[in-house]
Amino acid sequence: MSKYHVTLSGVTKAYAKQKAVDNVDLQLKAGECVALAGHNGAGKSTLIKLILGLIHPTQGQVQLLGHDAASRAASQVRGQVGYLPETVALHPSLTGTETLDFYARLKKQPLSANHALLSRVGISQAAKRRVGTYSKGMRQRLALAQALLGKPKVLLFDEPTTGLDPASRQMFYEIVTELRNQGSTVLLSTHALAELDGQADRIVVMKNGQKIADGTMSELRQQSGLPIRIRIQLSEHGKSAGQLSQAWYRHNESSFELHCTEEDKVQAICSLGHIDGIDNIEIHTPSLDDMYAHFLRREDV
Amino acid sequence: MNAVFIITGKEIRDGMRNRWVLATTVLLAMLALSLGFLGSSPTGAVKVDPLTVTVVSLSSLSIFLIPLIAMLLSYDAIVGEVDRGTMALLLSYPVSRWQIVIGKFIGHLVILSLATTIGYGLAGIALQLAHGTVDISAWEPFVLLIVASILLGASFLSMGYLISTLVRERATAAGIAIGVWLFFVVIFDMALLGALVADTQQNITASMVNTILLFNPSDVYRLLNLTGYENIAMYAGMAGLSDQVSLGRPVLMLAQLLWIVVPFCFAIFFFKKKQI
Repeated sequence: MSKYHVTLSGVTKAYAKQKAVDNVDLQLKAGECVALAGHNGAGKSTLIKLILGLIHPTQGQVQLLGHDAASRAASQVRGQVGYLPETVALHPSLTGTETLDFYARLKKQPLSANHALLSRVGISQAAKRRVGTYSKGMRQRLALAQALLGKPKVLLFDEPTTGLDPASRQMFYEIVTELRNQGSTVLLSTHALAELDGQADRIVVMKNGQKIADGTMSELRQQSGLPIRIRIQLSEHGKSAGQLSQAWYRHNESSFELHCTEEDKVQAICSLGHIDGIDNIEIHTPSLDDMYAHFLRREDV
Repeated sequence: MNAVFIITGKEIRDGMRNRWVLATTVLLAMLALSLGFLGSSPTGAVKVDPLTVTVVSLSSLSIFLIPLIAMLLSYDAIVGEVDRGTMALLLSYPVSRWQIVIGKFIGHLVILSLATTIGYGLAGIALQLAHGTVDISAWEPFVLLIVASILLGASFLSMGYLISTLVRERATAAGIAIGVWLFFVVIFDMALLGALVADTQQNITASMVNTILLFNPSDVYRLLNLTGYENIAMYAGMAGLSDQVSLGRPVLMLAQLLWIVVPFCFAIFFFKKKQI
């Protein structure tokens, strides 16, 4: 089997005239956590459904653990796949334990591990209650538990953290990190890019069904070419402003701003050494949200 | 354990939990009891077992009720799960699509069978006890009534599944299900009667009518129940007709089985192609 758990090559999925996914190439390695970012309707969910084989590509091929995702063989491979749907839908009349037992049986997993799984996602105290009485966060946790059944090699999370409180979110990312360290491939889609910092090895930005950026955080930063902004606050109404180089421009009476690239950053800060009376220095590196906004804007032009 | 039975088990548990089984069982039992007690008043002089009379009246009412219950159970089976999103999750498991449809169908069939057997069965026992006579021979047509009711239900379940796989909206499925129910239960027979009345030249022969009746599962059900036994045919006012009906019980059973299998195969076929 290839070193890629999931491979999409030239995949297009069209509904009538509209292309939900347009000629996307994507490889997911073992032990990699990839974030899928994009607006609503950018094709994130469609991409995940294509990998699951729920829908078949109009063009191109989707390989899941070495099998064509649309083929009959892939239906057995799906025992090694965990999926957390965008809208968590569970059967309200079953209890938490029964729900997990039902899915564990379908995955041919022993039921004995289920209790530990429920405690791990923090709903063991509600295990005997019906899912219909659960709060949204609890349902999301239960859905996460079912996705983790049987230590899957590929995990597909469709907007897993929407509606979760910060503590749950943290628990979620702890589990993701653990899975990745065990060699599972994790693909998660999200709007909330800020919380991805340090969690995702790679970020894929989608827009109108097309992949418009793909890389690690620092690669994306370079690709975007967004400047680093350094802002200094001078004392005594900017008396020493004359000592600054031309590149600095006045932000207001006493504060000045410089836009520079990643490489020039250190030099720019060193050059401030001989300037008197600096009250404050702020360094603003572009956040994920800035980059994201930048990528999406660039495509608009 | 096979995936089909895992899904069947879940479906039955759902049916128990949301009181479907209880509600339909009680409904069918009440219906059978009230028909039995009310309908048996004229039998006093004739000394006919109350069950025999009940078979006649009950089969006329089951024709409306059982298909309706079956349609209500099944119209939502596929489209509802797709709509709620549970189907996408289920399909992400190592389960084939045909296993899902068959598993759910068997589950619904068990629910329907339980309700029919328990509901009618209890009513039958109560009726015989109330009249103080336990006549085993009267049970044979009554058991046939239960079996035929289950088969009738299965055929409408099967049609409901087909509807549920074909449409995209739950409301559409509900509308079509009621339409199909109305067609087979009311309109079909009225149209046939109308055609027979209008047919002054007598172009429509008895064998033609027989064949036409096979195209409606509820007519097959009626024929199975009302013409199968001499004394029941008499009571049903079908004694004359049963001589004309050349279709034997095996043919009727076969027709009913086809009404279950054929729509169901189409349902599996379309579900396999469906984009979730």
